[in-house]
Amino acid sequence: MAAIETIEAGPRRESRLATFRFYARRYPLGAAGAAIAAIFVLMAIFAPWITQVDPTATNPRISLAFPSSEHPLGADFLGRDMWSRIVYGARISLAVGLGSTGLGALFGVTIGLTSGYFGGWYDLIVQRVMDMMQSLPLLVMALVMTAALGPSLENTIIAISIPLIPTVARVIRSNTLMLREMPFIEAARAVGMNELSIALRHVLPNTLAPLIVLATAQLGSTILVEAALSFLGLGVPEPHPSWGRMLSESAAEYVRVAPWLVIFPGAAISLAVFGTNLLGDALRDILDPRQRD
Amino acid sequence: MAAYLIRRFLLMLLTLFGISIVIFALLRIVPGNIADILFSSAGMINPADKAQIEKDLGLDQPIVVQYAQWIGGLVRGDLGYSYISEKPTLDEIAPRLPISAKLAGMALAFAVLFGIPLGVISAVRQNTPLDYVLRVVSLSGLSLPSFWLGLLILMVCVRYFGWIPIYTEPPKTWWNELLLFAIPAAAVGFRSSALMMRLTRSSMLEVLRQDYIRTARAKGASYAKVNFVHALRNAVLPIVTIVGIEAAFLVGGLIVTETVFNIPGVARFLVEAIRSRDYPIVQNLVMFIAVCVVSINFLIDMAYLALDPRIAYEK
Repeated sequence: MAAIETIEAGPRRESRLATFRFYARRYPLGAAGAAIAAIFVLMAIFAPWITQVDPTATNPRISLAFPSSEHPLGADFLGRDMWSRIVYGARISLAVGLGSTGLGALFGVTIGLTSGYFGGWYDLIVQRVMDMMQSLPLLVMALVMTAALGPSLENTIIAISIPLIPTVARVIRSNTLMLREMPFIEAARAVGMNELSIALRHVLPNTLAPLIVLATAQLGSTILVEAALSFLGLGVPEPHPSWGRMLSESAAEYVRVAPWLVIFPGAAISLAVFGTNLLGDALRDILDPRQRD
Repeated sequence: MAAYLIRRFLLMLLTLFGISIVIFALLRIVPGNIADILFSSAGMINPADKAQIEKDLGLDQPIVVQYAQWIGGLVRGDLGYSYISEKPTLDEIAPRLPISAKLAGMALAFAVLFGIPLGVISAVRQNTPLDYVLRVVSLSGLSLPSFWLGLLILMVCVRYFGWIPIYTEPPKTWWNELLLFAIPAAAVGFRSSALMMRLTRSSMLEVLRQDYIRTARAKGASYAKVNFVHALRNAVLPIVTIVGIEAAFLVGGLIVTETVFNIPGVARFLVEAIRSRDYPIVQNLVMFIAVCVVSINFLIDMAYLALDPRIAYEK
């Protein structure tokens, strides 16, 4: 632990690199996860440069084409290039993952912070509402939400973010409850800071570590829920190339005739989620020592 | 103790009441009701007919009255009629229920049978190659979408056995049924077993550090007895909690897996009902799922009391 602190204390650039190297060596699985996640992010950003074909362009001549040098991952029934669709699909998964996690975290933090900091009746009522929201499984809640809002990219993001709110709010609330009693908060009050600035400038930054851990852990599950929703035909609609929907289009009958249409999108989902899970595990170990095993 | 139970039970009812409002409200903010959909698909617009349909379905009533009618019906056991098949909702749901229940039960059994022993082994052999392999396997269990796992299993069956294990007709013998359900149950249960394995591992690691374990080893208790009896008994409490949380996740797994394997259970029925905007089915099914999850959590709280005499609720 002492070694970490001395390294972290250095403000210079090379020491930041040294910190990174230190953690990468100590958490090889986490570093692998970060690398996988980085690859998907780069894929999403540079999609137009690493693909030749428009992911929505159809070409009946290559319907159900076997993977070849021209179409490395084959083509689907409508003759759309699978490599392009998988690469552009990373954009959708990333947008839904980051969007819904961000939205859920925003509302969750606001609710958790106010509820933990102010307490009283407000806290009691908010906790009951959070209880209710947690009594429905993530996918069921998201299904009902999409049914209510109608299928679109934005609505899918909203639908997935709602069930995340109570999870985030719970963690932030319990952290706030603990921080509220700390001497440095008392000191801030003693020097005459108003409650709102204390909450925002002293409590909030200290909940950042558990928030990062939680958000990374939830990122994987939001990608999975999006895939499941789209697989059921209730998530991200056409023409967006969503990994989950690629599987529904190519499901049962393509298992026989075009297995590559089943293998690649699923592998993309699994790898992306696996990467964020590895990263999340390592971040939890680094940032939240109480949970370390 | 009795006071705690009563308080806990009342809270449960309050939670369910809140959920019923949320479900009801959500399903009514949709622009366009079933009458609009029926008419747009039929392509004929006769305002009088439409008004008649809305009246028959009770859609012309104020929303509060509609809600009161629904809850009143629930209490009396009258769940209304499906918009699509026009059969009583209960008759639509009831025959599908045992199918999903069997699948969920088998998936949970699979999860416990694999998750807990492997978690114990992983903890006992902490930081050995075996531990690393088991940890990566469990993490991949949390990363694979269960519908994809199901499709992969289908693919292997087709390729190597020339047989598609999807549901086509009700199985005749219990052996056939077991065989037919085992594969989807494994696809659903893989995720839960992964989660249980992770939790068992971390919980066991905590217990294995304690003094009484060292004492047990010192007095010469066998390796298996120390790990699986002395340690696991104390490590099992957080695992019981996860069984409750997993019960909720299982529903999600069932929804996609029943779709992949064409199993006519309630979970797939929910998706069909959502697609066709069959409100009575959707709201009753979602309510039913909420009741299941909330009661399972209630039972788990009770199991806590029974399992750990150290926990006492005096408030």
